Amino acid sequence: MSREEVYDVCIVGSGAGGGMAAKVLTEAGAKVVMLEAGGDWDAVKDGAMLTWNYESPRRGKSTKDRPFGEFDACIGGWQIDGEPYTTAEGTQWDWWRARMVGGRTHHWGRISLRFGPDDFRKKSIDGKGDDWPIGYDDLKHYYDRLDRMVGIFGSVENFYNEPDGIFLPAPKPRCYEMMIKGGAQKVGVPVLPSRLSILTQPLGNRPACHYCGQCGRGCATRSNFSSQSVLLPPALATGNLTIITHAMAREVLTNDEGEATGVSYVDTQSMQDYEVKAKVVVLAASACESARLMMNSKSSRHPNGLSNSSDVLGRYLTDSTGGDAMGFFPNLIDLPVHNDDGVGGMHIYIPWWKENDKSLAFSRGYHIEVWGGRGMPGYGFGGGIHRINGQLDSGDRTRGGGGFGAQLKDDYRRLWGTYVGMSGRGEMIARAENRCTIDPDVVDRYGIPVLKFDVSWSDEELLQMKHFHETAHEIIHAAGGTPVWDMPTKEDNYGITRPGQIIHEVGVTRMGKNPRTSVLNEWCQAHEAKNVFVADAGPFVSQPHKNPTWSIMALSMRTSEYIVDEVKRRNI
Amino acid sequence: MALTRRETLKLMAFAALGATIPGCGPSDIERAAARVSKTMPLADREPTTLNRHEYDTVRVLADWIIPADDRSGSASDAGVPAFIDFILEETDGIEEPLKDGLKWLDDHSESTNGTTFIALETAQQRAILDRIAWPDNVEPGLERGAEFFTLMRDLTASGFWSSQLGVEDLGYMGNTANPGWEGCSHEAMAHLGLTYDEA
Repeated sequence: MSREEVYDVCIVGSGAGGGMAAKVLTEAGAKVVMLEAGGDWDAVKDGAMLTWNYESPRRGKSTKDRPFGEFDACIGGWQIDGEPYTTAEGTQWDWWRARMVGGRTHHWGRISLRFGPDDFRKKSIDGKGDDWPIGYDDLKHYYDRLDRMVGIFGSVENFYNEPDGIFLPAPKPRCYEMMIKGGAQKVGVPVLPSRLSILTQPLGNRPACHYCGQCGRGCATRSNFSSQSVLLPPALATGNLTIITHAMAREVLTNDEGEATGVSYVDTQSMQDYEVKAKVVVLAASACESARLMMNSKSSRHPNGLSNSSDVLGRYLTDSTGGDAMGFFPNLIDLPVHNDDGVGGMHIYIPWWKENDKSLAFSRGYHIEVWGGRGMPGYGFGGGIHRINGQLDSGDRTRGGGGFGAQLKDDYRRLWGTYVGMSGRGEMIARAENRCTIDPDVVDRYGIPVLKFDVSWSDEELLQMKHFHETAHEIIHAAGGTPVWDMPTKEDNYGITRPGQIIHEVGVTRMGKNPRTSVLNEWCQAHEAKNVFVADAGPFVSQPHKNPTWSIMALSMRTSEYIVDEVKRRNI
Repeated sequence: MALTRRETLKLMAFAALGATIPGCGPSDIERAAARVSKTMPLADREPTTLNRHEYDTVRVLADWIIPADDRSGSASDAGVPAFIDFILEETDGIEEPLKDGLKWLDDHSESTNGTTFIALETAQQRAILDRIAWPDNVEPGLERGAEFFTLMRDLTASGFWSSQLGVEDLGYMGNTANPGWEGCSHEAMAHLGLTYDEA
């Protein structure tokens, strides 16, 4: 079936990139249709903010479509019924997909770090990977406008390669964060107020944060950022945006000249096929979904997939590296009760402080996130107390940890919030052999060929996480704690996460000036189909340790304004 | 609409002033109330995973682990047996070890005292738990019992402290609109020997 209307633009995906594209394009007057594979969802109506865990017999525990807890806003997960993916033999890949209006902006930690000047030209600095076709100066203006449009708190620090933004005031650190900060400073590691896209002052019609600590459940006052609550409302208010939900894109349709004419999709509820016609197509389905869609859009003009005569499509896939360390801090025993919910995320972080340190055994940096505190008690509270309570000084401890009865009950109270953790998140160097391709043998429930992943860490990433664990253990000791887990060894791959687990997969439709080594030009426009653009993290040439969302949006804003200009100039 | 933070939070806290704030209109309140009433009151829940004897044993054990004291009620007061029965159904990999453990406990009670665990005198029950409740201090042959008791302890704590009774016992002050949040309390900072000025 075909819808008669010819839209100016069809956007595939409603997350960070798609939401920004919709806002910019509709406000410029374009008639836009947006395809979203999942259903409608509204944080104001559907979120679980201020729900008690004990309102559910599950107490907040994860469920199949809510792997981060039953009250988490993000519907989707690592495995979705009928939508498989595969991995090359001997490799691992975990792929998180959201299926809802707003996409994965319902999930992330709202850590909004700008890429710095060095991040766009790493090859020039250390000879590895590739430089971007654009630099920080090309994006700075968009980051600035993004800060003002969406809102972000932070502090001006003039820290090397960690550009400051236009910040709302940062909240004070929680007390366990102050304790970690003290420890880090003792060992020469800097700590900065974090930079999260949460309002600490009102912005437009959005009130300031009320510090319930539950950003992850969807904010009913829209005081934090999600595409659904911040970008789509103004786009819808123009009257120019049509969102079609439950629309799983199948293929970008092209004409004899190889240019896009629209997108075909499956209505996931009726299983009927439809087509929408559009003069411009913007893919923002998440990096790998957009790459998959391009690979599945074969035609006589695009025999190897859309804009893929270079065979670069699907290559240079990276995720952030990840490692976790946790300490037990006797200082926090019997901490006077107070409300330390704060915002829904950390109030401090450790930026990469060894940029250009040539003495390291690896090339690229990481940042450290800090977590802990006395959040709302839920499923799993007090688990593993037998490993710790033998160290308490009160009562009879001659038999070690564990026990039962009145003393144990009091131990739970005293030990509540005495664990503090740190997570390292680092840069993986993009390599051509790390890629996704179409699995020739598997289709999903809609009959669409699925992705096969072939990604491995190199020593660069492993040694970086080794350094993280050594640093984290130093900080834990310096802050008066003892590490709960042993230092991971080479045999454990230094405790590195499985590729994909940090949910920062980027790079598979990378941008560049040379069509033989890139899929898109420096405007995220397909080299071989001038009315096709990518507005998610696929265009990234490299991915610093910084979370990708803020840069997805800055790039999407830039790409969308370029589209408006090119249409005005009648170039597309 | 540009509200100050204080005004916004005042509205949120009382939430009776109409639909001026997204998420705080009467319909939202009703929806929240409906969600609460739809959830299953654990205390009324009949066990579906455990049989009656297993369920009774879980109740006795849970109350050994977390008894009532001057601050709050016991594990069974907080609905822990029903929580455990529900969670066993929800969670891969713990139903079998828990049921095997309950069986081990009865077998052990039979062999030492000639009857099931819950039929024993209080002192006899305590004597058995004393031998399996400290996993680093277990005599050879009782390791399975200790492993089971650790699982039982963790499940009991999970159910107790996440219940309303447990949350109130802990004095958790959050899950609320908190207009005046200005960092940690002075007392908590002093406990750690820290001040914000030093930062």
